[in-house]
Amino acid sequence: MLNSDRDFKWYIRHFKREWQIYALLAPAIIWVIVFLYQPMYGLQIAFKDYSLFKGIVGSPWIGFEHFETLFESDQFARAFWNTMQISALTLLFAFPAPIILALMFNEILHQGYKKTAQTIVYLPHFISTVIIAGIVITAFSPSAGIVNTVIGWFGVEPIYFLSKSEWFRPIFIGSGIWQEAGFSSIVFLAAIAGVNPSLYESAMVDGASRWQMMWKITLPSILPTILIMLIIRIGNLLEVSFELIILLYQPATYETADVVNTFIYRQGLQGGQYDLAAAAGLFNAVVAFILVMTANTISRRYSNTSLW
Amino acid sequence: MTNMNLYSKGDKWFVRVNMILIGLFTLSTLYPFIYIAAISFSSGFAARAGTIIATPVDTTLAAYKLVLSNPEFWQSYMNTFIYTIGGTLMSLAIVIPAAYALSRRQLIGRRFWNLMVAFTMWFNAGMIPFWLNMRDLGLLDSYFGIIIGFAVNAFNIILLRNFFESIPESFEEAARLDGANEFQVLWKVFVPLSKPAIVTITLFCVVARWNGYFWAMVLLNDESKVPLQVYLRKTIAELSDDQEFSATLMNAPYSVETVTAAIIVCSIIPVLLFYPWIQKYFNKGIMLGGVKE
Repeated sequence: MLNSDRDFKWYIRHFKREWQIYALLAPAIIWVIVFLYQPMYGLQIAFKDYSLFKGIVGSPWIGFEHFETLFESDQFARAFWNTMQISALTLLFAFPAPIILALMFNEILHQGYKKTAQTIVYLPHFISTVIIAGIVITAFSPSAGIVNTVIGWFGVEPIYFLSKSEWFRPIFIGSGIWQEAGFSSIVFLAAIAGVNPSLYESAMVDGASRWQMMWKITLPSILPTILIMLIIRIGNLLEVSFELIILLYQPATYETADVVNTFIYRQGLQGGQYDLAAAAGLFNAVVAFILVMTANTISRRYSNTSLW
Repeated sequence: MTNMNLYSKGDKWFVRVNMILIGLFTLSTLYPFIYIAAISFSSGFAARAGTIIATPVDTTLAAYKLVLSNPEFWQSYMNTFIYTIGGTLMSLAIVIPAAYALSRRQLIGRRFWNLMVAFTMWFNAGMIPFWLNMRDLGLLDSYFGIIIGFAVNAFNIILLRNFFESIPESFEEAARLDGANEFQVLWKVFVPLSKPAIVTITLFCVVARWNGYFWAMVLLNDESKVPLQVYLRKTIAELSDDQEFSATLMNAPYSVETVTAAIIVCSIIPVLLFYPWIQKYFNKGIMLGGVKE
């Protein structure tokens, strides 16, 4: 009793003396609760028959019904597999691009050339998705676009690329590489800058070529960074940039383009099926959470490299 | 690597081929911008015919005249500035103090508060609950909703907290002896010392705000409140669908393509103006503080 009384007084003194720290922290904590944790509480509609009038709390529980509906639905299955496939393709093509680019930048001896090239390839990162989509739509337009003009020179008939499901993924992943490969290379360039120069010096004494040094010194040295970025990427595997998909896809390409987040957007925000869409979102978030935790554990166990 | 001698013939070829490949990639990055700029200054007829490669054909300012004479365009432009400046200031006003508090050892429950913030990076409720929450808070269709709703980013708090933690205690001792309180220590000691980190975060916020599209589209119905990106998208969609517009286009000096291109150019210009300044900082700032819980 006495003890807790003393504790209590200690806390009072502590808060009297240090209240300013808590005042500084409060806005962020309140914000996080209101804008991020409150929606987590709202996730319960995934297990409810949500009605606008009864509200989130008042709507009746229905258990896993929405999840059953989802798993039986062809549309959701398609969206889920499209997400996986687009992610896998991104991992295969878009993930190595900035690494290769960084290795290549590192081999450029002319500083002015290097700086100019870097300045240009970083730029698209700062351009909005809407503009990227605008450029893609213009360039791939069947009548007026440069792409069809160029293939026309070789006698190929105009193709309406954006309405062909087989063309969606190459265009999507290509524009992703165009936009982000340059900027993403910064992380790897920073890692390369940290490589011990004496490694190169002794390799040169041994008569190694630049090609060999790139493979045997630079690449292994930045492997931890590559691994960290890979973990982040795997953790975000389900977070394909759906903003660009929403801007580029059309019903004719849903077959290859519709991902979980675009499915949620259509069902939920456009179709008003909030509960079903929330269930899809919860499924997505749980799988993503498991992915990032697993990737991190594996990495920590085998390479002593982890995010936290 | 700069001082390294080129040893063999093979090395020389390696360097040359590498330079050419980088050059090609750089040109292919640049080309779409040149292409769009060329279209924006071309006649509608040339754009429709697909004859534009890299330079304007039948140079005209018709598309710009149409775009710039539209009050909706200017309204959305101004809205983007409101969201970018307001949103960034709001972010800084919440993130900087929080990062400072989380870096203080005397904070009771420091681990708990840190985890509470970091958890939001790994798990979020998703689109629908967030949207319903915004609706229930009465923040649909409001400037304030867009500005406050995206103010805090756990990554930014953690990045800045790590930076604050790396500042030696000796820096604040003098201020403490002068009787400075926490607000003063933060403002007079930590903020000036953390300029690169704060500039980096500001940059993240500004870029995210300037380019933000999805949530603005979803949360704003009132067309007088939408930012430039939403206006641009709406215009592209409307122009391509509008049969009437297409019909009048047959004789007009502009076309769907040239008008789209002109809006794209107009919205890229501020980015280009700020780009040298952006560049100066992100090279320094981007690697600050690895992400740790």
